Amino acid sequence: MTLRRIRLVLWTLVAFALVGVLALQWAGRRPEPPQPPFRPDFALQDEAGRTYGMEDFRGSFALVFFGFTNCPDVCPTTMSEVAQVMDDLGPEADKVRPLFISIDPERDRRQGLAGYLAAFHPAILGLAGDGAATQAATESFKVHFGREEDPAAPDGYSMSHSPGLFLVGPDGEWLRQFPYETPAAEILADIQERI
Amino acid sequence: MKHLATALGLAVTLPLAAVAECASVSAGGLTVTGAWSRATIGNERPAVFYVEIRNEGETADRLTGIDTPVAAMTMLHRTVVEEGVASMPHAEAVEIPACETVGLAPGSHHGMLMGLTAPLTEGESFPVTLQFERAGAVEIDTRVLSIRAQEAQCDAG
Repeated sequence: MTLRRIRLVLWTLVAFALVGVLALQWAGRRPEPPQPPFRPDFALQDEAGRTYGMEDFRGSFALVFFGFTNCPDVCPTTMSEVAQVMDDLGPEADKVRPLFISIDPERDRRQGLAGYLAAFHPAILGLAGDGAATQAATESFKVHFGREEDPAAPDGYSMSHSPGLFLVGPDGEWLRQFPYETPAAEILADIQERI
Repeated sequence: MKHLATALGLAVTLPLAAVAECASVSAGGLTVTGAWSRATIGNERPAVFYVEIRNEGETADRLTGIDTPVAAMTMLHRTVVEEGVASMPHAEAVEIPACETVGLAPGSHHGMLMGLTAPLTEGESFPVTLQFERAGAVEIDTRVLSIRAQEAQCDAG
């Protein structure tokens, strides 16, 4: 092989490498493909035993939280934010329905979900189904929860859960998540823009 | 004239509406202030305890526990959000580094009060004793705020 030939082969390799690097960079810079729209759903009961699904909230925005009432920090903090949003919406409050879906339904039903939530805001609807319906609801919203055995906790266990708030549109389509500790003003501004 | 009288009347009440100064207790280099809790619905669910601890001393300290006559059992916890899931592991102690202020605050460290002897009612207050490794026991008056409260609602002073 002549020196010239070797040089040609090497330069060809360099060219391929350059094309490869550029292609990778271009692929990396491409925006994330938009999330395919999805319509989460559930079949869960309020304290009076009436079953609700997402179709019951068609025409309004739903602000959905998954939590449990024995939670002393994350859940009251988030429910306070939700209550503030509802207050600040003023006359537009009837266009938004805040939902609290219990991931600890048996205990929450026993201790009373409606009275607890009303203390934050009367508009918040508490829903607590059976274990299977709760599991199905969380899977539909793609949220995680777990029961953690803890002898020191009330009743010997505590719950871990996704602490975000989920916004569902008037047509039932999942719009976005507000991560834990998103200020009420930010949530309000987002919802007002959509209204 | 009537309006002026009303305005004057309102002006007189303004200082009363101003935010009061937080209860504050010092021990060694530590100052414990702004202790608050949220009102509870009934006494079955655990209540929360938040407070601010300022360490103006040269040595670090540790909060190892809290105690209160209003709860049968208390515990220090920390809210942790990992990979989108919030959990509340026990905190054996809360480190209070020298020259720093550490808050037991929403979304962070907090005290959990279990087995309440009575529901916590907004406007009332109850004593909590904080146990520090170096500074010893410090008792502070803890105000019960609205269930919707997000912070101490008093001047740190």
